[in-house]
Formats: sequence, C-alpha cells, structure tokens
Amino acid sequence: MSSYIIRRLLLMIPTVFFVTLMVFTTIRLVPGSVIDIMVANYGTFGTVTETDKQAIEHALGMDVPIVVQYGRWINRIAHGDLGTALWKQTPVIESIEARWSVTFELGLLALIIAQLISIPIGIYSALRQNTWGDYLARSFSILCIAVPSFWMATLVIVYPSIWWGYMPSLTLIRFGINPLGNLKMFIIPAIILGMSMSGGTARLTRTMMLEVMRQDYIRTAWQKGLRERTVVIRHALKNALIPIITIIGYQVPVLIGGTVIIESIFSLPGMGLLTINAINTRDYITLEAVLLLYAIALVFINLVTDLTYGFVDPRIHYN
Amino acid sequence: MVDTVVDKSSARKRDTKLVEVMKRMLKEQPVGTIGAFITLIMILIAIFANFISPYGVNQMTDSILAPPSLKFLMGTDNLGRDILSRVIYGARVSVVVGLLATLIGVIISTIIGVLSGYISGTFDLIVQRFVDAFMCLPNLVILMILVSLVGPGLWQIIVILGVTFGISGSRMIRGVVLSMKESMYVQAGIATGDSTATIFIRHIMPNILAPIIIIFSMTVPAAILVEAALSFLGFGIPPPTPTWGGMLSGDARTYMFQAPWMAFWPGFALSVLVYAVNMFGDALRDILDPRLRGGVGRYGLKVKKKKAV
Repeated sequence: MSSYIIRRLLLMIPTVFFVTLMVFTTIRLVPGSVIDIMVANYGTFGTVTETDKQAIEHALGMDVPIVVQYGRWINRIAHGDLGTALWKQTPVIESIEARWSVTFELGLLALIIAQLISIPIGIYSALRQNTWGDYLARSFSILCIAVPSFWMATLVIVYPSIWWGYMPSLTLIRFGINPLGNLKMFIIPAIILGMSMSGGTARLTRTMMLEVMRQDYIRTAWQKGLRERTVVIRHALKNALIPIITIIGYQVPVLIGGTVIIESIFSLPGMGLLTINAINTRDYITLEAVLLLYAIALVFINLVTDLTYGFVDPRIHYN
Repeated sequence: MVDTVVDKSSARKRDTKLVEVMKRMLKEQPVGTIGAFITLIMILIAIFANFISPYGVNQMTDSILAPPSLKFLMGTDNLGRDILSRVIYGARVSVVVGLLATLIGVIISTIIGVLSGYISGTFDLIVQRFVDAFMCLPNLVILMILVSLVGPGLWQIIVILGVTFGISGSRMIRGVVLSMKESMYVQAGIATGDSTATIFIRHIMPNILAPIIIIFSMTVPAAILVEAALSFLGFGIPPPTPTWGGMLSGDARTYMFQAPWMAFWPGFALSVLVYAVNMFGDALRDILDPRLRGGVGRYGLKVKKKKAV
C-alpha cells in the first residue's frame, strides 16, 4: 500500500512537469501579447515610444528568451511564489485567495447534488430495466446531459424575472456573514451545474447495477430470502459503487469548466471569472498560476480516488 | 486466392452485422429509433438550410425584436433578423462541428491508443504521462486558451475540438489494445510468426471497432455542446455566422428580458439535437456492448413475477 502511494507520488512529478511545460508554452504562444494590449491602452493617454515599450517588457520580465522565462517561473514556483498579476501588479495568490472559496462552494454543492440526483435514478432504472419507469428515468438523465447549463441558467434568469419580477442577487453574500442568504444564492447555480453532471453518473450507475444484479452472489442473496432493500443496497449497490467513484474523480475537470460558465452567467466572483479575465487580458502570470493549481489539485484528487477503491472494495490490492 | 476468400467473407459478415444492428435497433430500441430519426431530420435541415429557411441568414427586416407570429415563427432579433432562419442555419454549424471534430478525434484517439498500447514500454510511459497532464487541465479553459491561440473560426474550432477529444479518448482505446495483447489469439499469432501488420488487421482492428463506435457516439453530442459553450463564452465561431451558442450570447443577453424568444429558441434546438443524438448513441451502445445484451437478468424475471401477483 505505502509503496503504491510512493510510486504514484513519483509518477506525479513527470505529470506535473508536463503540465507546467504545456501550460507555459501554450499560453506564451497566444498572439497579441500583453505588452501590445498595454501599449494600446496607454496609447490613448499619450504616445508610447519604443523605449517605453522596452521598459514595460523589461519590468514584466519578458525581454529574455522564453526558455529563461520558463526557468524563472519554475524557480519562483519552487519557492512557493505564484508571481505578480500583470495588470493589477498585486500578488496572484491574493486574487486566488479572495476567489477560490466561491468556486469551491459552487463545485462542491454541484457535485453533491449531481450524486443525489443520479445514483437513485440509476438504481431505479436498473431495477426496472426495460419498463416505462426505466425509459422515463433514462430520458431524464439524457435530458440533463442534453440541455446545456448555459441555456438552463439563462432561462432561470429570464423567465422568473418576466413572470414574477424575481432577480437573483448580483452581489456576493459571504457564507460567514449570512449563511442562509449565501446558500440561497448558490443553490440555483449549483442545481443547474449538478443536473448537467448527473447524466453520466446516472447512466453508469444503471450499467453497473445491471451487471452486478446478474452476479451469483446476488442470486444467493435472493435465495436466502433477503428483502429487496437489503439485496439492492447491501449486496448490489456496494459493488456497483466502485466505478462510480472513478467517474466522480474524472468529472472534476468537467466541473471546473462548468463553474467557468455558471460563474460568468450568475456573475459569481470565483476562479472562473478570474480565468476568463486572465485569458481576455492576456494576463499570463495569473493564467499560469490558476492552471497549475487546478492541475495539482486534480492530480491529488485522482490519487485519492484510486485509494478510495481500496476502502470500498477490499479485493483490490495495490501493487 | 485464399486472401480474396477471406476478404469476401469478412465483408459479407460486416454487411449482415450492420443490417442486424439496424434491425435490432428498430425492434428493441424504440426510443433510440426516435433519436436516430430526429438526428436524421436535423442533418437534412442542415443540408437544405437555404431551401427551408423563410428568410436569409443575415437578412434584416423592418420588424425589430418582434415577438413570435405567423410571419416570424420564432420572432426576430434586435437587428430584425428572423430567428427561425438563423436557427435553421445554426444546425449547419452544429452538425458539421459535431461530425468532423469527432472524426478527427476518433482518428487521433485510435493512433495514440493503438501505438501506446501496442508498443508499450518507455514510449507508453511517456505518452501516458503526457495524456495524464492533459487530462489534469480543465478542458474548457484549455479550449478557450487554444482558441485565442489560433483565433476564432469554424475550422479552427473543429481541429481544436478534434485534438482535445482525441487525446482524452485515447485512454479507452489503449485499454482495449492492452487487454487484446494479452489475449490468447494475439499470443498465438505472435507465436506462429504473424507479422505485426497481420496481427493489427486480423485481431486488433476488428476488436477496437466497437469501442471506436462507442467513443464516436459519445463524442458527437459532447462536441456539439462544447462548441456551443465556447461560442456562448465568445471563444467560438464569431458573429454574424449563426451558431446556436453564439445566438444565446452577446445581443441575446442584452435583450433577453425584452425579447425572451431570442434566448429561448437556439437553446431549444441545441437541446433537441443533443438529446436525439444521445438517445441514438445510447441505444447503439446497448446493442454493441455484449455485457448489456438481453435483459434476461434474474432480477428481470423476478420483477415480472411480482407484477403478475
């Protein structure tokens, strides 16, 4: 077990290295460098000379070859410094500290809601395979996949406001100040995001339950005369859950993309809005920091996911 | 002589298999058949958009922000353009992006998956770390960065979506190839001195065909949705090209309270298409995946008994 963890941790090093390399080169290749945008902005206040431009470049550390820039970046990260945002000239870590909790709360709520919707639906669908209930449940889970979250969110904003004059709050209510108001604000975005993610899990739950229900030990359980609930929950669900845990792990990158969309529609000041702004203003430093943090978080989530198997299914040995 | 015989029999086999799949689809999967039917209609709408649409794509009429009426079935937008016509043309972008991006994706998945799974060793280790790294980055954010890298546009979106879906889909192909390599018939092939090419064509290709079709059926709706999301966020196909995602952003968001039909119909069309493709894909998967075949599980018998009582 411990040797497995050590090996996985070692495998993380090349993965994270590839991440830094990919993130850094892709972002720096984006045309329309931040210098040009800055010069274009300052140009409205007066003329910008070539020396001014070089001065900006030097101040931002962009006058050296890209390899040296990469080296400096890695060196900074190794010292725990994520850098200074190019426009605001404040440490990136400050903007992230102010925003991560919004995205985390939205994402966590959505993930919980997704499982609350999908697992019961998947179980029901499998137990009533090829009945109208099954067709209805499957149709609902496909509907969750098919209806794009940005459209559902738009409708949720538009129609209540036209019919009842209801508008969602546009200023952030912090959980620490007003927990109820905060939950009220997050619950609708989280339900929309959760629904859009529930489809895949519901399908997988159905598939796994169908497979497990055909196993010999389920037949034995039936023959022992156990109640339906015991057979389904104690014997079947426990075994069907293992692959479902994997898919929850793999859903996190999708979830992050979803938070970007939902945050921009409901104007929730989280990491998603920060990311969009950073892309639009070519704020390389912020973007690199955000992507690196996401990648590291995901690497750990994947490891934790794999380790959870062992607790759910004692048959799995790590070697 | 022997070769031609083998070719013929395999060709005939595939033909009957296709017919068999279609027959089973009609018989066992009524919902999937409806999905296939709607998908077909959407494809036809996309192909014949210029014959069906009542107005031109960017034709501006005098009625600005007109609500749905007999003249404009879905209303008009802030420039007086007929929304129905734009929704019809929007089908083109979604269908083309869905199919072509998926095609590119599946080809890339197959190449990476087969090479990585078959060569294995150090090559596999390095490629898989690269794939790991890629899958650790949030897809949508990476796509947004890639779009700002190559600039917005139809072909750029198709290629970018194809590459990203291709890399993440390669895992599944690799897994199948790896298990295939361990199988008795491939081992027997290697033992009897078959060339690598023969092993590929005879043993590996026929076996990864089903996963490829499954990946295809899952990626088409995903690609359509991601294109719409990108266009919605302003990182997709730029206006005035009508795309369902793009029609929901920008002006639609400015005028959505005055003219809710602007924010309704493109999303509705998008949902219907993705729903239909998913229904069809699901049914196809049920037929192709032998583990799910039938429905004669013991539990099924029990439920029927219960109902009889």
